[in-house]
Amino acid sequence: MTFQLICFYAFAAITVGAALAVISVRSPVHAVLCLVLTFFSTACIWLLADAEFLAIALVLVYVGAVMVLFLFVVMMLDLDLDPLREGFVRALPVGLAVAFLMLFEMLSLIGVRALKLAPIGDPAAAAGMSNTEWLANALFSKFLLPFEVAALILTVAIVAAIPLALRPRVGVKIQHPANQVRVDPRDRVRIIKMAAEKPAMLDAPVVAKPESPTS
Amino acid sequence: MNWIIDAYHWCAATFPTLTMAISLLLFPLLPLIIGVAMYVYWERKVIGWMHVRLGPSKVGPLGLFQTFADVTKLLLKEVIYPTNANKKLFLLAPLWALIPSFAAWSVIPFANHKAWSDANAGLLFLLAMTSMGVYGIILAGWASNSRYAMLGAMRSAAQIISYEIAMGFSLVSVLILAGSLNLSDIVNAQAGSKGLFDWFWLPLLPMFIIYFVSGVAETNRAPFDVAEGESEIVAGFHVEYSGAPFAVFFLTEYASMILVSFLAPILFLGGWWSPFPQSWGFLGAPGWWWLVAKAFFFATAFIWFRATFPRYRYDQIMRLGWKVFIPITIVWVFVAGCMKYFGWVTTGA
Repeated sequence: MTFQLICFYAFAAITVGAALAVISVRSPVHAVLCLVLTFFSTACIWLLADAEFLAIALVLVYVGAVMVLFLFVVMMLDLDLDPLREGFVRALPVGLAVAFLMLFEMLSLIGVRALKLAPIGDPAAAAGMSNTEWLANALFSKFLLPFEVAALILTVAIVAAIPLALRPRVGVKIQHPANQVRVDPRDRVRIIKMAAEKPAMLDAPVVAKPESPTS
Repeated sequence: MNWIIDAYHWCAATFPTLTMAISLLLFPLLPLIIGVAMYVYWERKVIGWMHVRLGPSKVGPLGLFQTFADVTKLLLKEVIYPTNANKKLFLLAPLWALIPSFAAWSVIPFANHKAWSDANAGLLFLLAMTSMGVYGIILAGWASNSRYAMLGAMRSAAQIISYEIAMGFSLVSVLILAGSLNLSDIVNAQAGSKGLFDWFWLPLLPMFIIYFVSGVAETNRAPFDVAEGESEIVAGFHVEYSGAPFAVFFLTEYASMILVSFLAPILFLGGWWSPFPQSWGFLGAPGWWWLVAKAFFFATAFIWFRATFPRYRYDQIMRLGWKVFIPITIVWVFVAGCMKYFGWVTTGA
């Protein structure tokens, strides 16, 4: 048994265990953390398969960004646990059916074909390139159109998410930096020209006392 | 000293795998931890001088052992758990912050292809590891069962994710010019006869500035340290931490700061290449000392920022990240693409 094989079994066991924990632990926060562990050990398995770009991208995108937001939402929402657990047994058959369907689809796509074909080895190593370089070459030459379409769909999704979250809110005291920058001193302060007022000196000789309006 | 080397050889001969594993772990970690201790000392000294004080001066010569004394005190203190805190996550959080920030060091090259792991996707690995660090802060905030800590965690999560985008895009420009994700290849792409005018800071000047400012924001340092804004939320995410777990958070923050200080020269200032033309003999020769000198400058700049700038308001941080940095970086990705395509920039020696 080689070192890589031991590593593979260890990571696979952690992945399966963490995935089971996602649906079985009580606290939603723990479930999210188990999902993070699932993603991370999956990335480790991919690293063993020499898919270093995909593995690191998985950690970067899913663990580093998506799951952080997930965790954030789960922490913010004060989830009531009991109704969540009630539906577990009722939804279990549906969930199992979907899981088996997905397993069947994946096996028919990958598993059966892989058994028929002889293992072809690492195409990147065969081309004498690094994993990332080979993937980029494939994406930007052979699959350029699908790649651009996927990018466009993601951009549309981002733009669509903004109107969903953007609603007119009243009564918020938000600062508009543009208005703060554009402010004109003349709107705030009025400068008036007037003669200087001198206080009457106590011991100064009174020469011409102006008539006071009251006397 | 000889008996240490003899003992090492004996261990290497008797338990090859174990010795290898332990030395693989210790060699990068010990210098880093001592570096962090010296950096903390340097920070207190520099800030002291900026405040017209002396800084630490009593423990050891010139106060050099001050940090070690502080760490010893911190490690001997009791760890206090807040009531109703989630104890497991409370202890897991500092480790989850520490491990990625140490793991990121494994791909930093100190000389040509002399890195712990000379991985092809080194830069991506760095980004992945730095983005993992945010979990430590969020979990610390949540597991502490404290409102101040939770507010700090919320601020930090939003801030780190926002600035990661700007940082990622500024690195895309570097990738376009260098044509590689390997950090050694990126440094070698900046080699040339013109010394510092061959480095990437010149064609990518806005990206260089944005990268370093985002690095300051990512490490939660002043003026972006709202996650632990003392005047508003006491100490933010680590308000409930004491003793060793607090020391771990402290270590993480300073290790990440040194990491950003090393990355800025590697990506933009030619790494181990000399700023002088290569014909200048000793001064023009490349070497690890140049990398360390450049990193030292950026590490000191972190301290300088802290002593100089007041803390940003939270909405200003978000505005700077999303409305200023991200648009500029996206435009510069196109500019860098044009530079590469039309050959305006020469890369490599």
